[in-house]
Amino acid sequence: MTQGAATDDHYPSPPPSSARRVLGHAVTRIEDLPLVTGYGRYAGDINFAHQLHMRIVRSNKAHGKIISIDASAATKMPGVVAVWTNDDIADLSPIDFRADKNATGIREFRQPALANTYVRYIGDPVAAVFAEDPYVAEDAAEQVVLEIEELPVVVSASDPPGEFEPGRSSEAIVLHHSFGDIDAAFRNAHAVIELDLKTGRHSGVPLETRGAIGVYDAAKDLLELHGAAKIPHRNRETLCRMLNRGPSSLHVHESHVGGGFGIRGELYPEDLLVLVAAMRFKRPVKWIEDRHEHLMCANQGREQRHLARIAVDKDGRILGIEDEIFHDQGAYIRTHGVNVPNRTMCMMTGAYHVPAYWAKARVRLTNKTPAATYRAPGRYESTFVRSRLMDAVAAKLGLDPVEVRRRNLITADQLPYVIAFNEPGVEELEFDSGDYPALLEKALKAFRWDELQADMKHRRAAGELVGAGIAIFMEESGRGPSDNAKIKVDPDGAVELITGGASLGQGFETSMAQICAEALGVDYRRVRVIHGQTDLIDHGIGAHAARATVLTGGAVHVTATMVRAKAIEFAAELLQTPAAELDIVDGTVMRRGDEGGPSISLGDIAKRIAPGSKLLRGRDPQLAAHGWYNTDHTVFPYGVHLAVVRVDRETGKIAVERFMVAYDVGRAVNPLLIEGQLVGGCVQGLGGALSEEFVYDETGEPLSATLADYLMPTLHEVPDVEVLLTEDAPSPHHPLGLKGAGEGGINGAGGVIASAIDDALGMPGAITRLPVTPQRVRELLRKTAQQ
Amino acid sequence: MKPAIFRYHAPKTLHEAVAVLADVAPDDGRVLAGGQSLVPIMAFRLAKPAHLVDINGIKELAQITAVDGKLRIGACVRHAAFYEPVCDGPLGKLLATVVRSIAHHPIRTRGTFCGSVAHADPASEWCTVVATLDGEVAAQSKRGQRIIAAKDYFAGIMTTVLEEDELLTEVRLPLLPADTRVGFQEFSRRAGDFALSMAVVTYRIENGKMADARVGIGGAEPYARRIVEAEAALDGKAPDAETFQAAAVAAAAAIDPLEDFNTSAEYRRDLVRAMTRRALDSAAA
Ligand SMILES: Cc1cc2nc3c(=O)[nH]c(=O)nc-3n(C[C@H](O)[C@H](O)[C@H](O)COP(=O)(O)OP(=O)(O)OC[C@H]3O[C@@H](n4cnc5c(N)ncnc54)[C@H](O)[C@@H]3O)c2cc1C
Repeated sequence: MTQGAATDDHYPSPPPSSARRVLGHAVTRIEDLPLVTGYGRYAGDINFAHQLHMRIVRSNKAHGKIISIDASAATKMPGVVAVWTNDDIADLSPIDFRADKNATGIREFRQPALANTYVRYIGDPVAAVFAEDPYVAEDAAEQVVLEIEELPVVVSASDPPGEFEPGRSSEAIVLHHSFGDIDAAFRNAHAVIELDLKTGRHSGVPLETRGAIGVYDAAKDLLELHGAAKIPHRNRETLCRMLNRGPSSLHVHESHVGGGFGIRGELYPEDLLVLVAAMRFKRPVKWIEDRHEHLMCANQGREQRHLARIAVDKDGRILGIEDEIFHDQGAYIRTHGVNVPNRTMCMMTGAYHVPAYWAKARVRLTNKTPAATYRAPGRYESTFVRSRLMDAVAAKLGLDPVEVRRRNLITADQLPYVIAFNEPGVEELEFDSGDYPALLEKALKAFRWDELQADMKHRRAAGELVGAGIAIFMEESGRGPSDNAKIKVDPDGAVELITGGASLGQGFETSMAQICAEALGVDYRRVRVIHGQTDLIDHGIGAHAARATVLTGGAVHVTATMVRAKAIEFAAELLQTPAAELDIVDGTVMRRGDEGGPSISLGDIAKRIAPGSKLLRGRDPQLAAHGWYNTDHTVFPYGVHLAVVRVDRETGKIAVERFMVAYDVGRAVNPLLIEGQLVGGCVQGLGGALSEEFVYDETGEPLSATLADYLMPTLHEVPDVEVLLTEDAPSPHHPLGLKGAGEGGINGAGGVIASAIDDALGMPGAITRLPVTPQRVRELLRKTAQQ
Repeated sequence: MKPAIFRYHAPKTLHEAVAVLADVAPDDGRVLAGGQSLVPIMAFRLAKPAHLVDINGIKELAQITAVDGKLRIGACVRHAAFYEPVCDGPLGKLLATVVRSIAHHPIRTRGTFCGSVAHADPASEWCTVVATLDGEVAAQSKRGQRIIAAKDYFAGIMTTVLEEDELLTEVRLPLLPADTRVGFQEFSRRAGDFALSMAVVTYRIENGKMADARVGIGGAEPYARRIVEAEAALDGKAPDAETFQAAAVAAAAAIDPLEDFNTSAEYRRDLVRAMTRRALDSAAA
C-alpha cells in the first residue's frame, strides 16, 4: 500500500509529551549496545575479499602548474597495482554540485577528482596509488615525484582576487540579498555604526575520518559505495549523473558514522576515485582518510570578513542593515555550491524586525582547503555579526544591551513573519511560529541575569575581569520537499522501519523508533530502524540541515499511522468490535480501557493477513505500509545563548564559567537527545569562538594540520552547559509540531562569547574577530595599558 | 599516517640493548621508550628509523632509587610513577606537582621521564626540572658510560649531546634540602597541551631572606635553562610580592623567546613573567 499524505498546511497544536506514551519522553537510546561493546561498524571496519587500498598523493604547493608527475618508481614497487593521474580519468566530470540551483557561472570552479594541470591548495589530490596493502600504498605514494611550477598564492578573501586559471578571476561570483529601502534607512538614521568583523576558519572534526569503499559486481553491473554518510540518496543521484549510470545500478550504503557536522558524507574526490577504480580493476577499493589528510582536505568553513553597517533611530530601533561579505571559499566550489554565503545573507537579520536590508557576498577562491557547510552554516557567522552590531548600538546609544535587543525583536503578534527578498529566485523566509521576546525573558530569568550583574560588579571591584554576554538567533530546519518510510510488522510483532534518513550518531534510530512506536502503539525498543540504504528504499532526505527528525520523522508518523489504521481495520473484523473503540497498547489491539478483554497482537494480525489469507478479500496482504511526508515549508526554531567569561589579565586566557542554551524546539521527540545535540553543538561553537582555527601562512601552508595545532576544546575547557529547552511554539506546518535541534547549540556561541569578553574587558566593541585567542586578548589589554 | 617499514628489536638486558644500538645506530636505529613522542613522529613520517630498539622489557631500567643524595630515575620509569611523591621532602612534592601538567593520563602511563629528557622538547616539563635543579644524565654505550651535567646536555630544539649509539640509562636529580620551597606554574592553551611557557622555582629562607634561589624557564627558548638574572633578583631578599615581580620581570627580559603564529615574542615574555611570578607565589604559599 503506497499512499501520500496531502501537502500539509495547518496542523492543530500537537499534544504535550505528558499526553503521549513515548513520543516526547527522554527514553534511552536503542543504538548504543554495539557501539559501547566494540561491535560498531564504521567505514574502517568494512572489508571485502581481494580489496585494494588507495592512497592519494597530494599537492605540497598551494598554487602551481603541474609540470610533471613521475610515478615510475612507485609503479615498480611490489604490491602496487597502478598509479593514476588526471590523464587516467580525463573523461570524468569534476565533483558536481548536489543541487543545480544557482549553478550558472560557478561550474568552472568545481574540483576535479585528480588535479588537472593546476594544483590549488596544499592537499589537492594529484595522483592515486592502488596497492595490495595500505602500508605499501603509503610507501609508494611517497615515491611519486611532483614537479610543480609555483604560481602566486592568494590566502585571504580580503586581498585582491588572483587568477583561478588564466583569464578567470578567483572572485567566482558576487551574490546579493536585499529588501526594503536601504538608502532611506541610512538617510534617516539617528546613528550609523560600521564594523569590520571576521569569523575564523574552523570546521567539524568528527572522531571518525572519512572513508569510502567502492565495490563493483560485474555479474550484475552493480556499483556500490560503502562508508557513505549524511545524504546517501542525494549522493547517489549526483554519482549517477557523474558516472552516467541509472539509479538502480548504483547503491550507496551507510554504516555507523562517527560524527558528521555537515562535512562528513559530502561527495569528495576520493569517493569518486574508489568507484571508478572498482569498476576498472574489478576489485573492491578501500580508502580511509588519515587525520592529517582530514585536517587538510575535508571541508572547512566559516571564514568570512564582514563590513557591516547598521542604521538606528534614537531609541536604538533598527532602520537598516548593510553588509559586504568577503567569503573565503578555499580552492574550489564543492557540492554545496554557494549555499553558505547565501545562508549567511538570508539569515543575517535573525529574530529582529529589520525594515531594510542590503547584502552583497563576494565569493572568493583562495589557495586553501575548500570550504563548505559546517553545522549552522551561515548562521554562526551571521549571528556573530548581528550580535556585534547590537552590542555596538547599545554602546553607542548608552543603552543596556538586553534592552536594545528587546526593542528590536519580532513580536509574537507579527508571526507568521515573512521576509521576501528583492532578488528573483531567492526564497522567502516565513517564520512559522514562536514568541521570541518570551524566550528571551525566560532565559534571562533562568540564568538569573540580574543577580549575575550584581555579582559581577563585586568581582570586578575586587579586580577580576568578568563579563556576560547574550546572543539571540533564528534557526531553520526541516526544509522539504519530501521523505518516505516503509514499515512492516513481522509475525512475531517486531517492527521493521526503513527510512530515507541517515544517522550520524545523533540518535536517529531512537527518535524514529519513538515516533513509529507512538503512532503504532508498540514498544519503541521493538522497532528496528534502517537508514542510509539506497537499495532498500528509493528516496531519502538524509541527515543534514536539521532535517532528519522533521522530514523523516513526518514520514514515519504518516506511515505508522497507515499501519495502525490497517491493523485496526482487521482487528475490528477479527474481534468483532467497532474500529472506533479499538486502541493499540504495547503491540496489542484491544478495546480502549478494556484490559483483559478481547485482544489480538499485531504479530498475530500480520500472520492472519499473510498472502493468500481469506480475510483479505481483495485487500493487500501484510501488515505494512509505505508512506510519504511532503512539505513546502521550512520550520524556524529559535534560541538565546547566554554566557559568563573570566579573562586572565596576565595571560589573556579566557575561562567560560557559565553557558546557557535556551531553545524552543516546537515539540521535542526526545529531550535527552536534544540536550545532547545542544551541548555538543555548543562545545563546537566554543571551539570556533576561542581556540579552533585553521591557520595558513602566506605561502598557503596549513599550520593547523594536526590535533596538537587545531585546538578543539576538551572537557577541561568547557563548563557544564545549562540547557533550557522549551516547547512553546510547535510548528503549525508539521503534524507533530517538530522543529530541528541540530544547530541550536552552536549558532550563537561566537556572538555570545564575543559579547561576554567585551563586557569582561570593559571594552565595548573590542572583539572583532573569532577565535578570540589568548594572544589576541593580551594584545588588546596591552593597548589599553599603554593608553 | 602509517609509519615506514622498520625492524624491531627487543633486548632483555642493558648490555644487550647497548650492543644492538651500537649495531643499528649508524643505520638510523633509535631507542623506543614510551613511544609517546616517537610513534606520532613516525606516523607523520617525519622520522623513518630503520630500526627500533625497544627498551621496555629491560627490568633494570624500571627503577627509582635514592643514592648519595640523588634521586636516580631509570629509563623505563613512566610519568605516572610520580603521581605520589617518589621520595620524602620537597623534590617528591615538586615532581608530583609537575607531572599533572604533562599530557593526559593515558600518555603518562606509557611515556617515560627519561624519554622526555632524550627527546628534549623545548616545552618538556621534566627537562625544565632537570635544568633548574642541575640534574645529570647518565648515558651508556658500548664505548662506556658518561655522566653529563644538565648545563652541558641540551644543545638546541630537540637536540642534545647524546650520541646515536648512547642509551640514556638514568637521570639523577639532587634530593633537595628539607627546607627548600618549590613552585611550578605553566601556561598551555588546553589542559594537557605542551606549554607555551613554564617556570620551576626553588629557594630556601635564611634569616628571613631567600637563598639558593633557582628559576628555570621552559617552553620559551629552544631548551629549558636557569635564568640567573631572575635568581639574582631573589637571593638575599625577603620573599615578598615586589621582589617576586622584579624577578619575574627580569626573567621575561632575559629570555630570547621562540616565536610561532600563536605566540609572538612579546606574548611569550608576558607569559614568562606571569608564570615566574605565580611559581614564586606558589612556592611561598
Ligand atoms: C597528546 C600528547 C601530549 C603531550 N604533552 C606533553 C607535555 O605537555 N609535556 C611533555 O613533556 N611531553 C608531552 N608529551 C610527550 C610525552 O611526554 C612523551 O612521553 C615524551 O616526550 C617522550 O617519552 P617517551 O618515553 O614516550 O619516548 P619515546 O617517544 O619512546 O622517544 C622519544 C625520543 O627519545 C628517544 N629516547 C627515548 N628514550 C631514550 C633513551 N632511554 N635513550 C636514548 N634515547 C631515548 C627516542 O629514540 C625518541 O627519539 C605529549 C605527548 C602526546 C602524545
